[in-house]
Amino acid sequence: MDVKKVRKDFPILDQKTHGKPLVYLDSAATSQKPTSVIEALSLYYETMNANIHRGIYALSEEATQAFESTRKKVAQFIGAKEERSIVFTNNTTEAINLVAASWGRKNVKAGDEILLTQMEHHSNIVPWQLLAQEQGARLKYIPITSEGELDLSSLDSLLSDRTKILAVTHMSNVLGTINPIKKLIAKAHAKGILVLVDGAQAIPHFKIDVTDLDCDFYAFSAHKMLGPTGVGVLYGKPHILESIPPFLGGGEMILEVHEEYSTWKPLPYKFEAGTPNIGSVIAFAKAIEYLEKIGMDEIRAHEKAITRHALLVLQELEGITIFGPKDVEVKGGVVSFALADIHPHDLGQLLDQEGIAIRAGHHCAQPLMRVLNVAATARASFYLYTTIEEVDFLAETLKKARRYFYRGF
Amino acid sequence: MAFEALDELYREVILDHFKSPRNHTPLSKFDVEQEGYNPLCGDQIKLQLEFQNGRVAKIGFIGKGCSISQASASILTEEVQGKTISEMEKEIQFFKSMMQGEVNCEDQDIGDLEALSGVRKFPVRIKCALLSWTTLEEALHFYQEKTKGA
Repeated sequence: MDVKKVRKDFPILDQKTHGKPLVYLDSAATSQKPTSVIEALSLYYETMNANIHRGIYALSEEATQAFESTRKKVAQFIGAKEERSIVFTNNTTEAINLVAASWGRKNVKAGDEILLTQMEHHSNIVPWQLLAQEQGARLKYIPITSEGELDLSSLDSLLSDRTKILAVTHMSNVLGTINPIKKLIAKAHAKGILVLVDGAQAIPHFKIDVTDLDCDFYAFSAHKMLGPTGVGVLYGKPHILESIPPFLGGGEMILEVHEEYSTWKPLPYKFEAGTPNIGSVIAFAKAIEYLEKIGMDEIRAHEKAITRHALLVLQELEGITIFGPKDVEVKGGVVSFALADIHPHDLGQLLDQEGIAIRAGHHCAQPLMRVLNVAATARASFYLYTTIEEVDFLAETLKKARRYFYRGF
Repeated sequence: MAFEALDELYREVILDHFKSPRNHTPLSKFDVEQEGYNPLCGDQIKLQLEFQNGRVAKIGFIGKGCSISQASASILTEEVQGKTISEMEKEIQFFKSMMQGEVNCEDQDIGDLEALSGVRKFPVRIKCALLSWTTLEEALHFYQEKTKGA
């Protein structure tokens, strides 16, 4: 993979911030978009804009076909056997809320347990809290080790007779930890427990095959994988999706509406109420095409090299603490750290002055922050367009930031 | 040095208050206690005040957060010593107006408070500077409600 060539496809990377070249190290928050995606979005509005699944005219038919061809592409990309197992939502959060509400209310009863992990994003905690409070269920958490990996020593007892679902992130947005999802799924299934995987951080960075994983639900967002914002995907096993009620009611998802009741369209439309983000779904196909063109294994190899280098140069810095695994075999391109007692927000401000964009804060993972015993961390995250030089510049700037902050002391 | 542009924000006074915060200790007894939280960056502040004859006799703060939020809290605790509620309310309003760029503080003698005026040029950080002041405002409100009923 030629990073220099890749970067040419991302117009935003040419930008300057505070007069310095933009060094974008926040892809875990959202990825940048290649020209092909940006153009597809404009092209839709310029030549194809019409509502889908209802027009009898050519324009609507064209938009519908483009929309549905993204569904097909997504199914192929993640190894789903059937297109009807792909539901478009607004984002990962909504996909998880769909499962917690529609599957959860039907299947989780008082006294039942929902198993999460200590490294979940708020989007894979709060929907389950809402469900648990409503149904009188209990939340349990798989703890993490000091290395920032899941501590599976008590897994057998945590997967109890009362556990109905395990909801777990494929890759931590803070620690970068890649969890042994397949093993977890096999263990849960052996006890008849369903598994939802939050794949928002995983699917942009390495090959996923939902059929091989055998997960029951897999949720992710287009915008972290080169696509536009406003598009999420829920993969669900068709027989499970068929067995549960709709999430949102309204237009598009119904077959017949009577004064007292309605009937639903078949999958996946039952879960797609209202006009979706048509243009963004259509442009999302271009993002997948881009990833496929480069190759997911190539991307993973590049990010491994970048992450290995980042760990190496950052570890050299005086006063640095790096959170999460140090082994790139079990870590994606996310490095969270603290530098002496400089608050991450101050670090973020100092780095911004040099054109470096990192994330500073709790990363929507407050329970994890408490386990790590910090209020916030600084986080650099990488993607296929990140260069070794950018990582070196980050390390060098951190060194300067420390000197600046401690001037006169 | 490329960080020069940030000298207005990170003045020596601010860094000094951040590294050696004043009154950064919980009080053994207090009349009112209020917590403030800035979810954007996780800044946390807890203010405790003890009054005597209608004036602040002691004030303590506990908190974790960025240099601006913690330095601002430290400066606040020095500013309000011995002040009455209405004097503090005036000061809170003054500080808010200063952060919103509505008053010119250059020709006024406002001590260490002046060091925070540099924050105005960094809109994202204004919330950090304001946290302890809005927390004090809530504390005073809460205290007045409490004493009114008594």
